[in-house]
Amino acid sequence: MSPTRAVRDVVLVDAVRTPFGKAGPKGIYAETRADDLVVAVFRELLRRNPTLPAERIDEVAVAATTQIGDQGLTLGRTAGILAGFPQSVPGFSVDRMCAGALTAVTNLSSGIGVGAYDVVVAGGVEHMGRHPMGEAMDPNPRLIAEKLVDPEALFMGKTAENLHDRFPHLTKARADEYSLRSQEKTAKAYADNLIQPDLVPVATRGAVTGWGLATVDEPPRPETTLEGLESLKTPFRPHGRVTAGNAAGLNDGATGAILAAESVATELGLTAKARLVSFAFAGVAPEVMGVGPVPSTEKALAKAGLTIDDIGLFEVNEAFAVQVLAFLDHFGIADDDARVNQYGGAIAVGHPLASSGIRLMAYLARGFETRPDVRYGLTTMCIGLGMGGTVIWENPNYDGKGE
Amino acid sequence: MTETTSTAGAPDEVVTNAYVRIVDLPGGAGKAALITLDNGRDHTRPSTFGLGGLTSFATAMDQVEAAAAAGEIVAVAVTGKPFVFAVGADLSGIPHLADMAQARQLGELGHATFRRLGELPVPSFAFVNGAAMGGGLEVALHCTYRTVSTGAGLLALPEVALGLIPGWGGAYLVPNLIGAEKAIKVIVENPLNQNRMLKPGEALSLGLADVSFEPADFLVQSLRWASSVISGATVVSRPEVDKGAAYDAALDAGRAFVDAKLHGSAPAAYRALDLIAAARTSTRDEGFAAEDTALAELVMSDEMRASGIYSFDLVQRRAKRPVGVPDKKLARPVTKVGVVGAGLMASQLALLFVQRLEVPVVLTDLDQARVDKGVDYVRGEIDKLHAKHRLNNDKANRLKALVTGSITKDAFADADVVIEAVFEDLKVKQQVFAEVEAVVSDTCVLLTNTSSLSVTAMAENLRHPERAVGFHFFNPVALMPLLEIARAEKTDDASLATAFALGKSLKKSCVLVKDAPAFVVNRLLTRFLGEVMAAYDEGTPFDVVNSALDPLGLPMQPYVLVQMVGPAVAFHTGETLHQAFPDRFGISENQRRMVEAGKTTLLTWDGSTPRIADDVLELFTVGDSPSTAEQVRQRALDAVADEARRMLDEGVVAEPQDLDLCLLLGAGWPFHLGGITPYLDRTGTSERVTGKRFLAPGVASVS
Repeated sequence: MSPTRAVRDVVLVDAVRTPFGKAGPKGIYAETRADDLVVAVFRELLRRNPTLPAERIDEVAVAATTQIGDQGLTLGRTAGILAGFPQSVPGFSVDRMCAGALTAVTNLSSGIGVGAYDVVVAGGVEHMGRHPMGEAMDPNPRLIAEKLVDPEALFMGKTAENLHDRFPHLTKARADEYSLRSQEKTAKAYADNLIQPDLVPVATRGAVTGWGLATVDEPPRPETTLEGLESLKTPFRPHGRVTAGNAAGLNDGATGAILAAESVATELGLTAKARLVSFAFAGVAPEVMGVGPVPSTEKALAKAGLTIDDIGLFEVNEAFAVQVLAFLDHFGIADDDARVNQYGGAIAVGHPLASSGIRLMAYLARGFETRPDVRYGLTTMCIGLGMGGTVIWENPNYDGKGE
Repeated sequence: MTETTSTAGAPDEVVTNAYVRIVDLPGGAGKAALITLDNGRDHTRPSTFGLGGLTSFATAMDQVEAAAAAGEIVAVAVTGKPFVFAVGADLSGIPHLADMAQARQLGELGHATFRRLGELPVPSFAFVNGAAMGGGLEVALHCTYRTVSTGAGLLALPEVALGLIPGWGGAYLVPNLIGAEKAIKVIVENPLNQNRMLKPGEALSLGLADVSFEPADFLVQSLRWASSVISGATVVSRPEVDKGAAYDAALDAGRAFVDAKLHGSAPAAYRALDLIAAARTSTRDEGFAAEDTALAELVMSDEMRASGIYSFDLVQRRAKRPVGVPDKKLARPVTKVGVVGAGLMASQLALLFVQRLEVPVVLTDLDQARVDKGVDYVRGEIDKLHAKHRLNNDKANRLKALVTGSITKDAFADADVVIEAVFEDLKVKQQVFAEVEAVVSDTCVLLTNTSSLSVTAMAENLRHPERAVGFHFFNPVALMPLLEIARAEKTDDASLATAFALGKSLKKSCVLVKDAPAFVVNRLLTRFLGEVMAAYDEGTPFDVVNSALDPLGLPMQPYVLVQMVGPAVAFHTGETLHQAFPDRFGISENQRRMVEAGKTTLLTWDGSTPRIADDVLELFTVGDSPSTAEQVRQRALDAVADEARRMLDEGVVAEPQDLDLCLLLGAGWPFHLGGITPYLDRTGTSERVTGKRFLAPGVASVS
C-alpha cells in the first residue's frame, strides 16, 4: 500500500544575479564566458547560505536559450562541477527562451512539491553578445508555408508593434512615459541600495585591457528624458512605435536561486523569502507574444483561488513597454500603479533572455521584505513564440494587516 | 651609471604588458587600481619581464602613483593572466649583456620598477592567481599583502639553481618577512634539491602569502578580502621575525647544507646566504644595492652561463626534442610489450611500461618461480602507489591485470616491442634475441637494455637485424630521466622512430647515440672514475682520492657511486671498455680481486665518513706513488676531456650538447658544470688536452 502523497510547500530561499551587461564587443562581459557567470552566481548562493551543505542539493537546473558553446554541455551539470558542487549533485538544462529561469524554478518546485527534491538550485544565463537571438536557428519551412505561425512572430520587435496595432490606445507616448519611469525607479532603487545587496561581483577579463570587476548593471540610463525617448528611431517598422528606449536591450547576465521544501528550509536554518502559491504557462498567437502574461496570469490566479485584486506587488518583465501596458490594461491597473515594478525593470537593467525570471523573483522578494502588509505577489513574463508564464507567491513576512 | 648603452633587451622579447583598470572594491571600501600582467599569449608562454615589460610596468606605476596621491584610490592590486602570475626575468637577454655595468642594470631596473609597489601611499596587494617564479614572485613580495590561489602551480625562487640569486628584492624581502630559516629553505635549499617548488598551501604556511582562495572566483574573493583589510574588518597579523640567535643558527645550518651539496664549486648559493645574512640589519636601499652587485657578478660568471643559460636550455628544450631522430610519423604504435627477464631491472622496466603505456606487459624468465617473483613485484609496486593515493582503485585494478608472466615466449607473438634485460653476456643476449625473433612479427622492435655490449653484435644473427635498437635506462628506472637510444649498424628508421616515440611516452629524455661501447654516460664515467681508482691503486690514500673531486660539486663521491652502481656491474663495464680501448681503460686488479671474491659491499661508514670495508681492504694491494687531490682531480678531468673529444670524433653523439645532456640527466651532474664540456672549456682543460674548445665562446660561458 503506497503512502498517501502530500504536496509540500515550496519556498524561495535566496535569489542573486550578476550585474547585467550590454551585449557586444564593448560590453563588460565581452570576454567572459557564460558558464563562468553561472559559476559566480552558484558560489555566491552557497556563501550567502552557509547552513546549506552542498550535498543536500538534489538537483540543479540552468536555463539558456541557445545551448551551444559556453552555454551548452548541459550547463546545470557542468556549472555545478565548475562551481565546486560535490559530484553527487546532478543537473540539467532548460529552455523556454525568455522564461528559461522561470521554467527552471517552476519545474524544480514541482519536484519539491511531490517530494522528489528537498533543496534545489535553479538558474538562468544568456550571453547575447556571444549567442544572439536566433543563433543556429533553423525554422521548419512548414511554419510559414502552412501559416502555422505569422512570419512576424520570429522578430520580437515586430510582435511589439503588433501589440500597438491591437491596442491603439496603448500609444507610443504611454510607452515612452512608462520607460522613463522604469529608468527613474531603477536609479532610485540604486540610490536606496535596494539592488546592490543581491548582486554578485564578477571578475571580467580583458585580454588587452586587463581584469576588471563588474559590480553594478551596465545598461541603465538614468539620464533618460522624455524628449530623448521621443526622438529615437523605430527600427522594427518605419514610423513605428517601438524603439530601443522603450524596449529592453540585448544583454549578458546570469541569475540563480535556491528553493526548498519549507520544512527542510526550517530544518536547515534557511530563510524563506517567498512561498510558492501557484504557477501557469499559456500560449497565445506568436505574432502578439507580448500578451502572453494575460492568459497565464488568469490561469495562475484561478488555480490559486485568487483575483487580481489580491495581488499586492507585481514584477512584470519589460521586454517591451507596450507589452507591460497591455497586461496592466487588461487587468485595469494604471500605467504608474505603485505596486508594479517598483524598483524599475528590464527596460533599464536589461533582459539577458533566459535569466530574467529569477531577477523578477529577487525583486519581488525585496518587495516582500519591505512590505509585510503585502500578502501576495506575482512574477510574470511574455515569451517568444507566443507564450506567457506567471508565478504567484505569498509573503512569508505577511503580518496579516494588509486586508 | 656609465655611458654604456642601456640594458640590451632581447630583440624578440614577448612583452608582458601591465594594464591598469580602476575598480570599485566590493563592500564599499573605495576604488582600487587593478594591474594585470599579460603577455598576450596563453599559458604555454608564461609572462616574463624583459626591458619592454619593465617599462610597461613603470608606466603603470606612474599612473597608480598619481591616482593614489590624488586620493582617487585606496589600494593598488596586481594580478596575472589566467594560470600565470609572472615567471621571472626574461633570461634570453643575458647572453647579450657584455659587461658588468650592463649586468648591473638588470638588477637596478627591476628594483627601481618593482620597489615602488611597497612605497605607495596606499597598501598594495598581489593576487597570485597562478605560476609565480623568480622575479615574478618578487613582484608579489614587494606588495604589502599577498593572496594565493589554491590552484596556483609553480611557486618558487629558483634563481640559485640557475646560478643567480633573487635579484629583484627577494633576498632582502623574504628573510624580513618570514625569517632566515624559511628564507634559506625557499631561496637556497629548494633550488639545490632538484629545484623543488612550493605548493600554494606551503606558500601560505611559510608566510609568503597571507590568505588563499579557490580558483573558481579567486579574483573576486581576493578583492573582497582586500576591501576588508582596507576597511579594517580584517587584520593581517604576521609573526615577528626572530633576528637573534635563531637567525645565526639558520645561517650556520644553511652554510653546512650548501657545503655538503656543493663543496664550494659554485658561487650562487653562497652569495644568497651572504645576502640573507646582511638582510638582518641592512636597510631596503642597502639590501637592494647588495643584490644588484651580487646579481651582476653572478650574471657575468661562467657558472651562471653554464647553469642558467646552457644547462637550463638543454634540459628544457633539447631533452624534449632529441636531435637527429627520424620523422615521428614512421613510428609504429605500441599496444603490447614483452619483457625478457624478471629480475629487479626487468621488473622495474615492466612497471614503467605498464604505468605509462597502460598496455599488456608480459614478463618471461627461466622458470615459473622467477616469473612469479617479477610479476608479484610489479603488482606489489602498483598496490603501493594505490595506497599512497597516486592511483585510484579502478586504475590499480586495470594496471595489475595488464601485467602477466609466462615461462615460454609464445606470449610475445603479438607484441609490438620486446625488451630484454637479462644477464650481461653477449651469447646469452644473442640467444634471447633469436628465441624472441622466432615468435614475434617481422617488424616487432627488439630493444636491449644492455649498458656496454654491442647492439650490432647482439643482432647479427637475426633474420631482421634492422629492428634491433639499444634502449638503455638508468637506475633507478622510475626516477632517472635519461634514455640512451642506440642505432645499431642495420637499424632502420621505422624501428628507431618507434623507439623514440616509445621513450617519449615513457616520459624519458631520449638522446640518440651510436652503437659504441657503453654509449655515453657509462663510458665517460668509467674513464673519469678509472683515473681516480688508478690513483688509489698507485698509493694515494683513500680519503684523498675519494674527496679529490669534491670541488666539482658532483652528486656523489666516486667510491660511493661505485658502491651504488654495484662493484660487479662497474667492473664489468670497465672490462668491456678495456677490451674496446685497452690503452685508455685499464683494469684495476684490486677491483677484479674484489669482484671475483664475490664481495658486494665496498664501503663501510664511520658516521658520515666512508672508508673501504675491512674484508675488502684485505684483498687490496696499493703502490707507493701517491698523488695530491689536485693531481687526481686534474688527471680525471683531462681523461674525460680526452674521451669526450674522441667520442665526438667517432660520432657517438652529434654534438657536445648531447654529451652534456647525458651527464646532466643520466649521472645527475650539476648545472654549474654544464654537464662537463663548459667546465672543461672554461678551465682551459679542453684546449690543453684536445687542442680546442668543445663549445664556442659565449655558448656556456661569458666569453
